Order: sequence, then structure tokens, then C-alpha cells
Amino acid sequence: MKYNWNWGIFWELSPDATGTYLATLFQGLRWTIATGLSAWLMALVLGSLIGTLRTVRNPTVVRLGDAYVELFRNMPILVQMFLWFFVVPELLPTGLGTWVKQLPNSSFWTAVFALGFFTSARVAEQVKAGIRAQPRGQTMAATALGMTTAQTYRHVLLPMAFRLILPPLTSEFMNVMKNSAVALTIGLMELTARARAMQEFSFQVFEAFTAATLLYLALNLAIVLFMRRLERFVAVPGFTAARDAVAAAH
Amino acid sequence: MPMIEIHKISKWYGSFQALKECSTKVNKGEVVVVCGPSGSGKSTLIKTVNALEPIQQGEILVDGYSVHDSRTNLPKLRSRIGMVFQNFELFPHLSITRNLAIAQMKVLGRNKDEAVERGLKLLDRVGLSAHKDKYPGQLSGGQQQRVAIARALAMDPIAMLFDEPTSALDPEMINEVLDVMVELAQEGMTMMVVTHEMGFARRVADRVIFMDAGEIVEDDSKEQFFSQPKSERAREFLSKILLH
Repeated sequence: MKYNWNWGIFWELSPDATGTYLATLFQGLRWTIATGLSAWLMALVLGSLIGTLRTVRNPTVVRLGDAYVELFRNMPILVQMFLWFFVVPELLPTGLGTWVKQLPNSSFWTAVFALGFFTSARVAEQVKAGIRAQPRGQTMAATALGMTTAQTYRHVLLPMAFRLILPPLTSEFMNVMKNSAVALTIGLMELTARARAMQEFSFQVFEAFTAATLLYLALNLAIVLFMRRLERFVAVPGFTAARDAVAAAH
Repeated sequence: MPMIEIHKISKWYGSFQALKECSTKVNKGEVVVVCGPSGSGKSTLIKTVNALEPIQQGEILVDGYSVHDSRTNLPKLRSRIGMVFQNFELFPHLSITRNLAIAQMKVLGRNKDEAVERGLKLLDRVGLSAHKDKYPGQLSGGQQQRVAIARALAMDPIAMLFDEPTSALDPEMINEVLDVMVELAQEGMTMMVVTHEMGFARRVADRVIFMDAGEIVEDDSKEQFFSQPKSERAREFLSKILLH
């Protein structure tokens, strides 16, 4: 293989004249982070809600929650992204559809929604597992003290559930960042898209993707370190049993 | 005046009948011990009193309020009945102080200072003041159960339910928990206690209920139950557990 290495390429101006190639990569990274973080927030809120609803007594509510999870978990993220971007706006009333299509940064918003729903189904699954992992006696004790169902979830079940599922949530947090690369298919100029553009303009494919790899690596390393700190911060002194049980189940 | 009135209650799990027309009463200040072989329905019975276990037939009155009446404010009624569980069920993510205070704050609406003060007073009573800032996982089983009793007492209950409070404890920790319970009984707390500790029953029980196969077979004064149980099943049960 004959390949002309050129590590200096990063300091050359990219033809779209927005700055050096390096600057365009960092621009991509910013979109990746913005997309991933927004989708993650959405996934946490929705996933916690749906996951909780899947553990309540009402069977109809549970079935609706199950259906939600299966719907968003069983379709490839790429298909979901296309559905939100190409199909859903056409199904909306014409005026609304046009508004959605003309939204500034519409590929960003679509990516956030698609990733948010997709990831929320996975978070919901874990939140449910975290609630179920706790002995039934916890609910009984809270109920016997006079707590309502909402209070029992708020003060007893959920605080422990989130602690129990922090390790798998870390993986989901990293996944949402990595999955955001799929958004390049709907035109979002995130990190992978920027690396591809750099390769197409400069033909320096190895340099472009080495840089992208390192940036993803650094991003996810930051997430791992942050989540580890969080785990230590919320760790319960003297508590090991249930955590081991969940770890064994995974 | 009866504090707890259980009137002909029946409960089924599917086609299995767990409780068969059980009736009894616990008067104010009375200590009633419920015993019987495992699977006899005694834990189920005690959990029906604060509706942790629903029933299909019959009625239960606590302090005159029907537990199953839809007009009854069930959380409020429950908050007035203390309950202690076999596995303690302290909330693992909360410090001992928070465990004692949380329901007082969230259910009774007490402010934090008030709730903590009340909680710590009861913690002192069960002899665990030194552990107020620890977490449940850092205490022994006996200590956790004493905290659980203090947590229930902090709600100023009109009656206390104990569901096998010493069954999950190592032998050397059983007495520290029983001592607290004996003291409570002597102070006049209304108590319904599911236990195999016949020594406790002999010391403080006013009445003993013996259950078998979902039925209340005997409901006697302590003296009668231990000296001349009426039924063959109770005699058999007593001979088995009193051997050791």
C-alpha cells in the first residue's frame, strides 16, 4: 500500500473555509456532544418515567410501558432516524410538517429525538430492573409507614434503583454518544461526518479517522471517569448485597 | 375497647385459601402473640390488619375505622399502626437518623428538627444513639431491628404489629430485640406479635392465638394456652417447639 502520510493536514484550511481541518473536527465534536447530551437527558427523563410505570400495579399501564420499550428497542437506530427525518414530517398535517422540515438545525433535533426515544427504552428496561431488584419488603415497609405509592417510589425505591443501575447506565451514556454518529445519515455534521468530509476533501483517510477515534475515545473516557466519581459520591456505606445481586444478573 | 377487630376474614391466593373466616380482637394495651406452624397464615393475618395484604371477605376495624372502607384514608390509618418486619426493611440509602425521620416528615408533616429530635429520642431508648450517623448496612441485624422498632414508634402509633421480628436474627441478637419488645409491652403498648419465641409469649402475652392451615384454632389466655390447649393440633405444636 502506498500512502502519503501527512499529519500536518490538520492545520490546513478546509475547502468549506470554516477554518482548519482540526477546527472542523472539533466543530463536529461539539455537535456530537450536544446531540448526545440532549438525547441522554431526554432518555433519562423518559426512561425513568416509563421504567417506573412498568412496575406499578395497574396492568394496563404496565402493558403500555412494555409496548413503548419494545417499539423503540426493537428497531435499528438507523431506521428510527430515517423514520423521524423522512416519514414523520410527511404524516403530520401539511403546515406542521413543513414547519418541522424548515426548522433550523432540523437534523440535530431529529437526531436528538430519535436517539432520545431509542435510548429511553433501554434506560426504562434498566430502571425497571433496578426497582425490581429491591426486596418487596421495602415497599411494604414504606407503605406500612403510611407513604403513598408516589412517596414510596420517590423516597425509597428510586433512590436505591438508580444507585444499583449506575454501572449499566454508564454504558448507555457512552452508547448514546457513539450512536450519535448515525445522525450523519440525515445530514448532521457531527464528528464522524466531519472526519468523512475531511477524508473526501483531503484524501488523508487515516489521519482523519485517527483523529476522530481519539476524540471519541477521550469523550467516552471523560464519561467513564465522571460516572465513576458519581458512583463513589452516591455510594451507600455498608451496602453491598443488592448491588452484587444486580451485578450477577448482568 | 377493642383496638383491632378482625371479623370473619377470608383470603385466597388463586384457588388456595390462605385465611379461613378468621376472627379475633386485640384490646387496647393488650399483647397478643400469634403462633403456628409455617404456612399457617399467621404472617398473612397480621399483614391484613394494615391492609398490606388485601382480603376478599370479612372486615377489619382499627380504632373503629374500617380498613377496607373506600372512605378510609388508608395511608393515614397505616401511619398510626407501627409495623416491624422479619427482615428489618430499613431504607439502605438513608442514614439511621434519616430512616427515623423520613416518614414523620413526609407522612405526618413534621418539620425536620422535630422529626429528628423525636427519632433520636427513640434511638436513645433502644440504646443506639451512638449509631445515628451510620447506615443500615453498617449495623448488625439486632441493631437494625431495634432501629426499625424505633422508626415505627417515632410515628406515635396506637398499636404495633410484629411479623416474626427475631426470625432472621442470629441467636445472640434475639434477646436485645425481645428486651425492647418486653419493655414496650410493659408500658402498655397494644401489640400483635407473630413469633416462635414462646418465652416472650409466656412473659408478656395476654393472649395467644394459634393458627393452622389458615384457621384460628385457638384464641386463649396465655395460661390456658400453655397449660391446657384445647386442640390436638396446638398440643402437637407446643410439644414440638417446647422440646428445646
